[in-house]
Amino acid sequence: MNTVPEASLSRKAVERASSGQRTKDLMFKLMLLLSVSVGFVVLAALMLDVLVDGGSRVSLDFVTSFPSRISPENTGVKSALIGTIYLMILCAVFIVPVGVATAVYLEEYANRESRLSRIIEVNIQNLAAVPSVVYGILGLAFIVRGPLGLGPVLLAGALTLGLLVLPVVIIVAREAIRAVPSSIREGSMALGATQWQTIWKQVLPGALPGIATGVILALSRAIGETAPLLVIGAATFARFNPEGITDRFTAMPLAIFEFISDADTEFRSAGAAAIIVLLALLVVMNAGAIFLRNRYERKW
Amino acid sequence: MADRVTQEPDRREREARAATSGAPSTSSEGQAAPALQTEAKGQRPAAGTREAIYDLDDVGVAYGGVPAVREVTFPIYQHEITALIGPSGCGKSTLIRCLNRMNDLIPAAAVTGKVAYHGQNLYDDEIDPVQVRKHIGMVFQKPNPFPKSIYDNIAFGPRVLGMDGDMDEIVESALRRGALWDEVKDRLKTNAFGMSGGQQQRLCIARALATSPDVILMDEPCSALDPISTGRIEDLMLELKQNYSIVIVTHNMQQAARVSNMTAFFTVELDADEKQRTGRVVEYDDTEKVFTNPSDERTEAYVTGKVG
Repeated sequence: MNTVPEASLSRKAVERASSGQRTKDLMFKLMLLLSVSVGFVVLAALMLDVLVDGGSRVSLDFVTSFPSRISPENTGVKSALIGTIYLMILCAVFIVPVGVATAVYLEEYANRESRLSRIIEVNIQNLAAVPSVVYGILGLAFIVRGPLGLGPVLLAGALTLGLLVLPVVIIVAREAIRAVPSSIREGSMALGATQWQTIWKQVLPGALPGIATGVILALSRAIGETAPLLVIGAATFARFNPEGITDRFTAMPLAIFEFISDADTEFRSAGAAAIIVLLALLVVMNAGAIFLRNRYERKW
Repeated sequence: MADRVTQEPDRREREARAATSGAPSTSSEGQAAPALQTEAKGQRPAAGTREAIYDLDDVGVAYGGVPAVREVTFPIYQHEITALIGPSGCGKSTLIRCLNRMNDLIPAAAVTGKVAYHGQNLYDDEIDPVQVRKHIGMVFQKPNPFPKSIYDNIAFGPRVLGMDGDMDEIVESALRRGALWDEVKDRLKTNAFGMSGGQQQRLCIARALATSPDVILMDEPCSALDPISTGRIEDLMLELKQNYSIVIVTHNMQQAARVSNMTAFFTVELDADEKQRTGRVVEYDDTEKVFTNPSDERTEAYVTGKVG
């Protein structure tokens, strides 16, 4: 029975929070919630608007028909969707080896203290922040015209978008490689494995889920880009699919741009439908990235 | 009780050796490839035939110009357990990483002096560190299994070295030598992360054994383990020294006393004017002598627990 009075004594010793403090606490919480809701509400409104405008236009016919200039009810995004998928594949073929190789070099071989690698590091960070239209101009000057002179073809578009997202891939891949603990490298090297064997058989498999997630997110940024493709002169209206990497092409953002800038409201609802198709594609890709991350995430 | 059983033959050896040998011989007759010892457990060649597998001559390591350990000169004998003890920061882990050139992985580390392995300086220009590590295995402080199956953990070394033979046999043999086979034979294909810490560490030892090294370096192999797992690894070490030479860094003096034949005691010396802390060897002798009758008072203070 001795403990009861003691406990009540100790309860007295702690002062109650004043009501002013509680109000402040509550206000702060509300402000945070408000900030969260700004982004969320705007996004939701946008989605709702797009769904109302274009929801009824989304159908199998819409994604399997070429666009039309005369009949808004028969228009479609076939060439744009095919173009976007080709762009994505070509872009991945370009950025995965180049991005991963760069990340491996910077993380495993380069002397981090050296001036050169620090310059490279800062530059990669900066390149990730360069506006996409600048990459479009770069693509126009060096890939479409200039030294490569490919013309406004699929390959040129993929390379331009690849350059645009390469810094992101490098940064993500470096993080994934750095997340592989050095004890794994030491364990491998101590068994007599060469540095190359250690990287190829231990570090890269360990970093793969992180790299794959980063590549998917980079690609989903690439396929949403409009400005660079406009600048390099990709078609906004095409009643044909690209057959090879040196064919002219169009892409989803360009088709949306074309639909929306039409004076006819009927075409504008087709634009909203195209937005829904593109968003659906992005959601699927991001879901894939999240799945990969959760499924193969390693706790070392 | 397990300790007592495994300690007994060891103590007898040490007494026998102490009776017949004076100062440890520093000559390295060990040029030839190490022959497998066929003696029964607990017996070893008479003191006169002890072969030095390593001869350290004025070895020093500096990180970015700051010396971490210097003037290390002593031999390490074949088929014995050599313990490196001393307070934190005395350079014993740094030193053990010279013995298989793991210090090469730290760009700022510079090694001076001579680390002779079977008479060959490991730091000669023409020596490839990858080749060195094929002969000298290493077990680390924290168990570091690869995020693969138990089987693939063991098979990794033999595979990268391109070893011939039936991989299943190599894996089983390594796991048996690592005293792990009976516990894991039914789940070889499961991920090694599912094992207990002690099992993981024995897996790392078995993994090192799979490539048939001559020497096994252990850098505080039991510091992350409970006493039962520690006891098992100590038993394993006493078994392994029949065929391998073992160098162990440990903070646990009882462990050094229980398992090792020779003990090197390191201490940290403070440079009065430069305020640099550098590790040096105070005493290197038979473990029995270091722990019962050390010749240096700093050793005595440390092993009796007067200073940490």
